[in-house]
Amino acid sequence: MTEPNLSRSAGGNAAAVRRLQRRYRAERRFRLYGIAAIASALLFLAVLLVTIVVHGASAFVETRLLLPISFDAATLDPDRAHDKATLSGADYRALVNQGLVTLFPELADDRALRRDLSRAVSQGADSELRRMVLDQPALIGTTREIWLPVSAPADQLFKGKVPHNSDSGLSDATIARLDALQSVGKLRLSFNRYLFTAGDSRQPELAGLLGAIVGSFYALIITIGLSFPLGVAAAVYLEEFADKNRFTDLIEVNINNLAAVPSIVFGLLALEIFLNVLGLPRSAPLVGGLALTLVSLPTIIISARVALKAVPPWIREAAQGLGASRQQMVLHHVLPLAMPGILTGTIIAMARAIGESAPLLMIGMVAFVVDIPATPLDPATALPVQIYLWAASPERAFVERTSAAIIVLLACLVVMNATAIYLRKKFERRW
Amino acid sequence: MSMMSEAPSSSPVSAALNLGDDEVKMRTTDANVYYGDKHALKGITLDIRSHQVTALIGPSGCGKSTFLRCLNRMNDLIEGARVTGQILLDGRDIYDPDLDVVHLRARVGMVFQKPNPFPKSIYDNVAYGPRIHGLARSGADLDEIVIGSLERAGLYGEVKDRLSEPGTGLSGGQQQRLCIARAIAVSPEVILMDEPCSALDPIATAKVEELIDDLRQNYTIVIVTHSMQQAARVSQRTAFFHLGELIELGATEKIFTNPQEKLTQGYITGRFG
Repeated sequence: MTEPNLSRSAGGNAAAVRRLQRRYRAERRFRLYGIAAIASALLFLAVLLVTIVVHGASAFVETRLLLPISFDAATLDPDRAHDKATLSGADYRALVNQGLVTLFPELADDRALRRDLSRAVSQGADSELRRMVLDQPALIGTTREIWLPVSAPADQLFKGKVPHNSDSGLSDATIARLDALQSVGKLRLSFNRYLFTAGDSRQPELAGLLGAIVGSFYALIITIGLSFPLGVAAAVYLEEFADKNRFTDLIEVNINNLAAVPSIVFGLLALEIFLNVLGLPRSAPLVGGLALTLVSLPTIIISARVALKAVPPWIREAAQGLGASRQQMVLHHVLPLAMPGILTGTIIAMARAIGESAPLLMIGMVAFVVDIPATPLDPATALPVQIYLWAASPERAFVERTSAAIIVLLACLVVMNATAIYLRKKFERRW
Repeated sequence: MSMMSEAPSSSPVSAALNLGDDEVKMRTTDANVYYGDKHALKGITLDIRSHQVTALIGPSGCGKSTFLRCLNRMNDLIEGARVTGQILLDGRDIYDPDLDVVHLRARVGMVFQKPNPFPKSIYDNVAYGPRIHGLARSGADLDEIVIGSLERAGLYGEVKDRLSEPGTGLSGGQQQRLCIARAIAVSPEVILMDEPCSALDPIATAKVEELIDDLRQNYTIVIVTHSMQQAARVSQRTAFFHLGELIELGATEKIFTNPQEKLTQGYITGRFG
């Protein structure tokens, strides 16, 4: 009975055939479960991405209006002072209004209607004109046709995001005039530079992500600068040097536990230590980076230890057999071989950190910050917090900007993860 | 053999004794190894003679690899391993706290069961030992050591045009000879080989065995092997281990033709093992 009778079990025995078929069916079912799981995951991902892109794509363009602007010396520089203070303090809204009157002469005498239509031109138009004049004072006295940003309600109207009536926040007369402008091609969509060059703003059409991007960048630099060396040093010590005893077991258990602690708890810790005890500035990316270091350190230590463990033991034996000291063994062989794994783990931890908002809320990086932070000590927000802030804003135009901010954040994550995969493929060694 | 004279390792003791072919290079007295509670090696007393190949044979788990790894303190790396007894190299205790284990391993090199070249170039593999021990004063010096070691390992002719290619790209037999070249590049006095041919095909094995016989001129060799034919072919003395004990030690010829112990006879005639 040691050798199975193949001919009988394969062909002759009906029970064996049934068993075989049952096994095939079970196997097919098992594979189907797996395919179904992957398909549903892909479906959710597709729905998520499509929703975000459908909502957010329009925020990358903004509506601009072609206005004839005459840079009237009498308005801009009545005393011929030619100094910057006068030019930057001048009434640029008057130029905009003048341009609107040129397009619609009937507004010249109707102050109320003029003001109403003027509200459809963004305040950003004033600052754009101011910047042009300051850069190029020779413009004074000339007349130019200039594409200027419209206000958020007009922008939403032109993009078809709001109903074509007074529910849009514009009066019927203004809507009619905008329609007239659109029909002669004086309204167009162009790339929304504010989204990437401006900080936050109460005016949706002027609100940008640069402040949040810079804040996230500073925080991330601090996080990576602290957590990478600390994490790798801790992992190398625990994996290569420390004795295995109760104390190191305790450390290991605690690191694993820390990795599972909700990030808002680290935010509270950062609030207490960095703000209350050390007195570091509130809302600063420096503190945000420190808080995110706390969040990502356990993950980096764990992934670095896994990477070090994955270096085959015979590399260590070969090095020590040649008389390499422990330090030489680690620095020359083990660490370089573990580095792709460590880097991958670090980048994934960083990708988590850049998407982390809870600890940043705790340390005050949730403020309304218009200025772009110049240093990590200036108040700032971060991308995920900006998303949260915009999502909570009542203006209709912030809906698409929220989605646009999510797209930018996801793009950052994709770039970081792609880098991780690239590094792994590039430095991966086979043995 | 200009490199041999450069070796910083000839100790005053060996110089004084002027060790000849039959002199004792290493001597263990009542060596015991414990892995935690397990008594893996029991009271081994054994001489290893200079410029001879000593083969350690015995069934799996008999402690021969453990013994080999005592000779350059590789057991230090194993968690919970403890060694007692005396192990002398040229009359000096290798477990002496004054003796640096790094120096010991430079004098007692090791070749492992599985070829284990570093994932670096062939050149860097061989150059690594001389580099960390500061054996080469210049790049030309280092080139000379690397080429000389590869020549003595009988590998230079096969790899001379691709020294910058990864050592892991060589065949198994070439990798093992690369590991031997790497071990002799630091000019050791003793080379320990832990079943160096068990992962190789018969042709590669023949080459390595030939090499071992050549190396005997300059080095003292201790080899662990599962193949009794190999022990008979390459060694001058053979030690038979069983269950952590040294059963019999003697000239290879005598062990294989006229063993004194029943256990030895049983093993070499294939009755167990």
